[in-house]
Amino acid sequence: MSDALDVLDQVGKWKAGGKKVAIATVITTWGSSPRPVGSQLGVDETGAMVGSVSGGCIEGAVVKEALAAIADGKPRLLDFGVTDEQAWDVGLACGGKVQVFVEKVN
Amino acid sequence: MKAETLAALQDARKQRRALALATRLGDGAETLIYPDRALGVQADDETLLSAARRALEIGRSETVDLGGQRIFFNVYVPPPRLIIVGAVHIAQSLAPMASLLDFDVTVVDPRRAFATDSRFPGVKVMQEWADEAFEKMGLDRSTAVVTLTHDPKLDDPALEYALKSDVFYIGALGSRKTHAKRKERLAEAGITDEQFARVHGPVGLNIGAKSPAEIAISILGQIVEVRARRLEALTAPKVAAA
Repeated sequence: MSDALDVLDQVGKWKAGGKKVAIATVITTWGSSPRPVGSQLGVDETGAMVGSVSGGCIEGAVVKEALAAIADGKPRLLDFGVTDEQAWDVGLACGGKVQVFVEKVN
Repeated sequence: MKAETLAALQDARKQRRALALATRLGDGAETLIYPDRALGVQADDETLLSAARRALEIGRSETVDLGGQRIFFNVYVPPPRLIIVGAVHIAQSLAPMASLLDFDVTVVDPRRAFATDSRFPGVKVMQEWADEAFEKMGLDRSTAVVTLTHDPKLDDPALEYALKSDVFYIGALGSRKTHAKRKERLAEAGITDEQFARVHGPVGLNIGAKSPAEIAISILGQIVEVRARRLEALTAPKVAAA
């Protein structure tokens, strides 16, 4: 949780510096997952990131969606896991599943 | 997330106040829930508020279905804080170890020779009497207090103050004998046996610790245990009364 607050600090600094930013948050987990619910990743318009929503397995895909959210202003709900028909071709090595909410900071 | 929401979250952190942010996942609508008030789109929704208060109480973020809407409660609680009274040798091990565990650490000691920044690199050091320092910092239920000075004139006022607060952990260094005498002194100051029972003394888990670093481990082990058990008790499913 203190990590999450550090993320907000950095996001605040990016905003204050005139950058467009988005926040991704782990909102549900099933099975073993590397980061608990509430973990956050901040992303700025250049793709710079702070914090984490996994052990590094899905950050790449989340940054891509965060940049899209920064562009169109719409929130997104992303599912990551080891199901056959996953919408995202990124798995979690640990076999868990996570759902991540991505939104632009207005 | 609205810019005002981000600012509110940052403010709460600075003031060491807990709050929950409810986000309606369908459209991103936000409601901020403080222990005593709520602001935002669903601030009048009693069902949402009671679920938010429960999440706040147990300090755990979660997604729930409320009347067909998926709501994510993100609970922001102040980082746990450890206040060490006595800038002594054990404190020099305890402070950096507690920092590794993400505790916000402050060392308090009115004695100039002990309370120096050079003895505690990277740690907040207050050269003050404990009760005065506590008054400034404001003790809360995410705070742990450990007294290490062995000197009643320094330890006792700290314990007395801490016992009147809702800190989650109080520990006092000293043997059983020292602890018994401490109990007598604090009884004279009006601390009841029941109140005194909150003080962990002799401090720490019994792991045969001898060196300052080992004692620091035993203290931190106990603090981690007390914190985890409290959370378990809060999150255990409640058995409905018949």
